[in-house]
Amino acid sequence: MCLVLGGKRIKSRLFVGTGKLPNYELIKDIINEADIDVVTVAVRRASKDSTRENILDYIPKDTIIMVNTSGARDHKEAVKIALIGRELTNSDWVKVEIEADTKYLLPDNEETIKACEILVKEGFKVFPYISPDLIVSKKLEDIGVCAVMPLGAPIGTNKGLVAKELLKTIISEVKIPVIVDAGIGRPSHAAEAMELGAEACLINTAIATAKDPVNMAKAFKMAIDAGRKAYEIGILKEKEYADASSPLTGFLRGV
Amino acid sequence: MNLDEFVNLYEEYKKKPSKKEAIDILNKDEITEVDYIKLLNCYDLDVLEIAARKAKDITERYFGKNIFLYVPLYISNFCSSGCIYCGYSCFNKIKRKRLNIKEIEDEMKALKKRGFQSILILTGEDNTKEGFNHLKDAVRLARRYFSEVLIETSPLTLDGYMELVNEGLTGVTLYQETYDLDTYKKVHLLGEKRNFKARLWAIERAIEAGVREVNIGCLLGLCSDYLKDVFLLSMHAMYLLKKYPKIELSISFPRIRPFKGMNFDYTEVSDLELVKFIVYTRLLLKNVGINISTRERSDLRDNLIGLGVTKMSAESKTSVGGYSKESDSLGQFEVSDKRSLDEIIKVIRSKGYNAEFINWVMI
Repeated sequence: MCLVLGGKRIKSRLFVGTGKLPNYELIKDIINEADIDVVTVAVRRASKDSTRENILDYIPKDTIIMVNTSGARDHKEAVKIALIGRELTNSDWVKVEIEADTKYLLPDNEETIKACEILVKEGFKVFPYISPDLIVSKKLEDIGVCAVMPLGAPIGTNKGLVAKELLKTIISEVKIPVIVDAGIGRPSHAAEAMELGAEACLINTAIATAKDPVNMAKAFKMAIDAGRKAYEIGILKEKEYADASSPLTGFLRGV
Repeated sequence: MNLDEFVNLYEEYKKKPSKKEAIDILNKDEITEVDYIKLLNCYDLDVLEIAARKAKDITERYFGKNIFLYVPLYISNFCSSGCIYCGYSCFNKIKRKRLNIKEIEDEMKALKKRGFQSILILTGEDNTKEGFNHLKDAVRLARRYFSEVLIETSPLTLDGYMELVNEGLTGVTLYQETYDLDTYKKVHLLGEKRNFKARLWAIERAIEAGVREVNIGCLLGLCSDYLKDVFLLSMHAMYLLKKYPKIELSISFPRIRPFKGMNFDYTEVSDLELVKFIVYTRLLLKNVGINISTRERSDLRDNLIGLGVTKMSAESKTSVGGYSKESDSLGQFEVSDKRSLDEIIKVIRSKGYNAEFINWVMI
């Protein structure tokens, strides 16, 4: 089944961050070789005012750019950054990222809700990055965001789905897509998120800091596709005891 | 911040750990202040190698494969303080100069043309009204050309910092120079800089005035117990991060460099010590930027890429001006890494890192 987000059909459920890569040429290679549809770009890195390299020159034209408000400390800064980002990239997709803490880089959900309210009214396709909280997710759904992007674990920790139980509540209760963002360190973590019913995963550090980012992106893509396929088929539930195909006590019931 | 408490903690634990003890510390996810003291006192190269690998991983997780480049611009060398380690000291009979607005703009244009997006504007310790207005003009002008505008000047009042934030100031660099009070008194002989506490608290005024980032540091070699200085610097950083969790904080470990007329004894700090400070500090302060300026040799700077360093100055002049045309003033200290920006970018890339110029978009 194809994913539809912000009015667009998305083939690849792997979204890729661009801020930590060792060079910009890799962005093009990752997009082309791992078939990526959506990349995030920090507005602070996309200035056209630079006499040096511009990250936007390395992103193929048909790729969807989700501008990222990282660096914003409150909703007012996030809104301003999103407006600048839209102007720079001609993209109205925005990942709202507001961090009020530089140590753990955890998102400020309260400020994020405020920013999303304004940005949805401004006509953006809004994708808020949040700490995994069902109530916040529902509020964001009511506001009209395209998807919620809860973290699996704090940014860059590579710890996987430490917030698994909370993610499950969000996936189960909100109707908009859930994209797991942050903390995913291995393809198996991404597969797990997809098996839970996430619609996509956004990976940055684990690809950017890998020895071979292009092939690591491909590995994540395969894991995400596998996890999604399994979810769509319907994953058998884990059971405490073996479920014998020939019941041991069937004779009592005349089997 | 209760400095005495940290001094006591340092004195209590400042002994060389066994290799096993040091490796046990490295196996922890989070190290404590006491662990950090022990590591600073560890000289085992095997331990340092293990720590360096961990520091590299942590740095990449937090900062990606990026080295952020900035450039300093000295706009004035007028100074009312007498600090024995500084070429701009009022005791030094050097030609004093203040760039006029046209000259500042020429310098900024020249730097912008080279690709810099982040500028650090420096002056001597000039607390006059004239000096402040000159600085304010420079910040206003810098905002037109650069995404990030930082200053390194004498401490300002809260109102002073707020005025500059309104003009576009994004960050403040302010080094305590040394956290050892006795040493501080011995090296600061004249002027407002003699006031240790006034300097210590000033960085908080800058944060409260609304700057996004601050950079703190101490001049290694001023205090003979430089391990204590490094420890107290890191404690200062931890204190600031706890009190102001939104602030982007960087630290610097500058080592004393010679300047014309220099005449005082200082303690040599070896390359090994510097590497230790960077690596072990990264284990304690995972999210803090670590800055290495051109006062360090090019070969050392190259080898530090990937060990915890996140920011570097490039193509620096420590004379007043000197980018758009040759400066006729003496430098505050001798620059060691004199390579061009393009050469430095080439090395960064060859090490598998991206040279970044923008870390903040001016909004």
